[in-house]
Amino acid sequence: MKNSLVLWLLVGWVGYFILPWYLLEDGLFAFDWLFDGYPFDEDYSPAFIQVFSTDKAWLLPLVISLLLPLKALTLKKSDRAYASYLICSGSLGLAYLVIQGFAIGVSGWQFSLFANYFLDSEFNQYGMGYGALLYGLSMLMLLTTGLAARGVMKGDVFVTSSIGLIIAIVTVFVFYPVSQVLISAFQDNQGAFSSASFIDKFFDEKIWGLGCTTRSVSCGIAWNSLTLALLTATITTGLGLAFALIVTRTGFIWKKQLRLLTVLPIITPPFVIGLALILLFGRSGVVTEFFADLFGLEASRWLYGLPGVLFAQVLSFTPISFLVLIGVVEGVSPSMEEASQTLRADRWNTFKNVSLPLMRPGLANAFLLSFIESMADFGNPMVLGGNFEVLSTEIFFAIVGAQNDQGYAAVLAILLLAFTLSAFFAQRIWLGKKSYVTVSGKADSGAHMGLNPMLKMSCYSIALPWALLTLVIYGMIMFGGFVKSWGYDHSFTMQHYEDAFALNWTELGLVWQGAAWDSFWTTLSISAIAAPLTAAVGLLTAYLLVRQSFKWKSGFEFGTMLSFAIPGTVIGISYILAFNVPPLELTGTGVILIICFVFRNMPVGVRGGIAAMSQLDKSLDEASLTLGANSFSTFRNVILPLLRPAIIAALTYSFVRAITSVSAVIFLVSADHNMATSYIIGLVENGEFGIAIAYCSVLILVMLSVILAINLLVGERKLRRSNRLSNAIKKNSNAPLKLKEAE
Amino acid sequence: MKSNHDKGSVVFDHVIKNYGDVTAINDVSFRVEPGNLVTLLGPSGCGKTTTLRMIAGLEHASAGRILISGKDVTQLPATDRDVSMVFQSYALFPHMSVVQNVAYGLVASGVNKQEAHAKSEDALALVGLHGYGERLPSELSGGQQQRVAVARALVLEPEVLLLDEPLSNLDAKLRRQVREEIRELQQKLGLTAVYVTHDQEEAMAVSDRIIVMNKSIIAQEGSPKTLYEEPNSSFIADFIGDANLVDVEILDRANDRVNVDIAGLQKYLPAREFSLGPAKLAIRPDAIQLTASAGNQVGITGNIRHATYLGNQMQYDVECELGSLFVVDYQFKQGLIAGSDVQINFADRGLVLVKAN
Repeated sequence: MKNSLVLWLLVGWVGYFILPWYLLEDGLFAFDWLFDGYPFDEDYSPAFIQVFSTDKAWLLPLVISLLLPLKALTLKKSDRAYASYLICSGSLGLAYLVIQGFAIGVSGWQFSLFANYFLDSEFNQYGMGYGALLYGLSMLMLLTTGLAARGVMKGDVFVTSSIGLIIAIVTVFVFYPVSQVLISAFQDNQGAFSSASFIDKFFDEKIWGLGCTTRSVSCGIAWNSLTLALLTATITTGLGLAFALIVTRTGFIWKKQLRLLTVLPIITPPFVIGLALILLFGRSGVVTEFFADLFGLEASRWLYGLPGVLFAQVLSFTPISFLVLIGVVEGVSPSMEEASQTLRADRWNTFKNVSLPLMRPGLANAFLLSFIESMADFGNPMVLGGNFEVLSTEIFFAIVGAQNDQGYAAVLAILLLAFTLSAFFAQRIWLGKKSYVTVSGKADSGAHMGLNPMLKMSCYSIALPWALLTLVIYGMIMFGGFVKSWGYDHSFTMQHYEDAFALNWTELGLVWQGAAWDSFWTTLSISAIAAPLTAAVGLLTAYLLVRQSFKWKSGFEFGTMLSFAIPGTVIGISYILAFNVPPLELTGTGVILIICFVFRNMPVGVRGGIAAMSQLDKSLDEASLTLGANSFSTFRNVILPLLRPAIIAALTYSFVRAITSVSAVIFLVSADHNMATSYIIGLVENGEFGIAIAYCSVLILVMLSVILAINLLVGERKLRRSNRLSNAIKKNSNAPLKLKEAE
Repeated sequence: MKSNHDKGSVVFDHVIKNYGDVTAINDVSFRVEPGNLVTLLGPSGCGKTTTLRMIAGLEHASAGRILISGKDVTQLPATDRDVSMVFQSYALFPHMSVVQNVAYGLVASGVNKQEAHAKSEDALALVGLHGYGERLPSELSGGQQQRVAVARALVLEPEVLLLDEPLSNLDAKLRRQVREEIRELQQKLGLTAVYVTHDQEEAMAVSDRIIVMNKSIIAQEGSPKTLYEEPNSSFIADFIGDANLVDVEILDRANDRVNVDIAGLQKYLPAREFSLGPAKLAIRPDAIQLTASAGNQVGITGNIRHATYLGNQMQYDVECELGSLFVVDYQFKQGLIAGSDVQINFADRGLVLVKAN
């Protein structure tokens, strides 16, 4: 057991004595620092050398925490002093690291309080780098090892360390940035604390104005967002239910194909629907022109505003609520319906009085989910909003627009966060204990009742045209990239693809000539790095939540799921506010994008992991433990292999989500690290729809092939599962299908 | 130095286990002698499984001490304890072959792979599964899976073997065969074993001693014979073999026998610690003799409410002065049908005085 302690201590030493302490301009893995004056150059020195060569004496006390644990190594594990040494050095090291990081910034002392005592403000420091990272990690592990030795978590080092690690990273990358938004909202433009300016900004006419009800001015942004979200949520829930009923309760022949719809939102960049709508219904869109010719109607701009955004959002989010509601509708135990029918209720009465009430929590869940998605949506309002301003886009314009008002952006962010968090809370608290759906357990025998004819016809007539429309939209996306200029010149061209993805063989070899290659490769590589990290963090968290019990567990769970309810734009602005200045100066790097993806997508990994792990009998872990394996090797040898499908799903999902996300990304990209989505938004803003559409269809194809390739590679296990799924549908039986996606 | 005498013993010393406000185990003390098979028996929720899991180290005591082989293991996690456990669900790792399952514990404790596999094959042969090593657990029948679970636990040569309702997933016929195999193996290897079940017949069949638990405490501890013949409470009398509990009067005590008045009938029973006055009597269902009423016979008059035919026996519910009695009769007598009047008498065996709880 002491081996791991020695290892973590070594990590700390490497961080303090060997690796560059501060952040490097070109990144650690460029390795040019090695040949450019290391170890004595000011920019590249490790902490220990900084103390002497650049007079950063405040880094010296850090060494104490690296020396104290040496004493612990000579003691027995059961010795109380062993734990004391470790806890003491770990917590001191961490605390001092954080305090000095915040206290001394680029321009010296950050707190005037200190500056009075130390007038000499000559010294300064930049953002922490890998050296500091390793040092901090080492301190954290010393602390948790010490706590475990004290008997925390039954003395299990692996579990204690994992909990400590998750708490630390969630604090740093979720709570800390969000708190920066809160702080920033209470500051006036000079940076002084002022609740008056907060109230001013918060109760601005622009946010809460109700002018639109009486006059012909636009309403407040908050009302816009709320109206849009409520409408979207209502419609998508209704449509989703219609789809779910068709798939589970009728003999519709293309049910399997209908299910494929649920994959669409995952692989669709968020503004693509908006783009396609413009091509169809915009002023020079196909449909618009058709009707204009036919009836002599004048092409209007109706699409730009609430109707258009609503249209696009309903198209985008219906599949999500469909996915949720399939699980719900299938989860209603058939025996309930059979019981009702044997009690002489007809099909309509059974549906109305038994099935529907049983689905109610699920419907509410789908509603809240769509509500959150709509509130957080950035792409569609960005493309189609026109003068219809909503919170998520307004935040962006408050930061990048002419006004550049961080305080105002922060106020809007708080408001948006308040809306989504209330929905999130409502979902967890109100629905948490109310689910009637049989989540797991024994297969209920019996078949689901069919729909009565009226209901069946109305489901068909609502859902099928919509499915058709969705097909047309996606057809447009694939097709639109080959047309010269929409609305004006509909001749075939490859020009857009050439502009974006041209390759050239020259005497220098292959030249990536197209304009899109740069952002394309950046996107792929950053997503590929983020995916395994997301899966790892998500599954580890799921393991702790499902398999371990500890104090404050529900708080821990809440913290890890919280980022699900934080809209991307809020994440974006909070990361800018938090990580633009030391001690963590990450803006402009690729790292901040990776971190952003990991924490945005982590809740999905956690949920998938929880779902999969709850199906593994706990006695498997216990058997492994009683056979003498420790919790780490149990996790590695028993749990992980059995979770393979969940791991693959988490990997794929986070990879694809990283490619398609835009709202947070748009704040965080830089010239060196531009992402595909923000590049496409730029194209759209310039009116270059052709290239934008071409780029989108390439992304969709890439993601589709990745998903297919992974599904093929994963092989039998998954195949068998999908067979079972289709058989189950065919027989219309009710082996409870476990849909692991977001519920 | 601990003596050899303690190797394999398990001691609970005033152990308490709380989950929040709920007390699962309330001040329990017992000792399991080395080489014995001791059963923890009780209705569900009595704390027997919690007790077993505390021996395994899967739960930790809130207070008190637990000793294994004379060594205090109260704070030791499961990984570091020299016990192994057969789970109710078997908990075979579905992604590993049978031999990998059995070798798992050996590999985890650092035995090299080849040796581990050789030993595992031996263990499999011991439970009669020679040649099944390369199969996956899902390719075995329930009974075979159960034996793999036993082999996996035995191969580590643990000081104590724990079995958590090992037979509950087997069908009734197999259950009897496997429980005999387990008992035989345990005696052959001289293992200490702690066995949890809620089935009193199973407990009687396999145990050296039985610890009956009820409501978080030990209700009674002793050999199967003691528990059946000298229950210390009406709960035990009822739980170990059925019993009709009736109010009686002790009229007289002479030497070690008492004269008991059962609704007018008088019986001489072993006195044990009972003295004159009212008492409770546990009457085994097969200790009640029924005869069809015909004039002035000796006995208590009763009326048959229900009669159930079970092939090898008849079961009756008889209403009489003592209340409703449950009767089992292996002889099929004429005229004993529902609604008929009967005379009730008692056999000499199967009547036990118990404390009124």
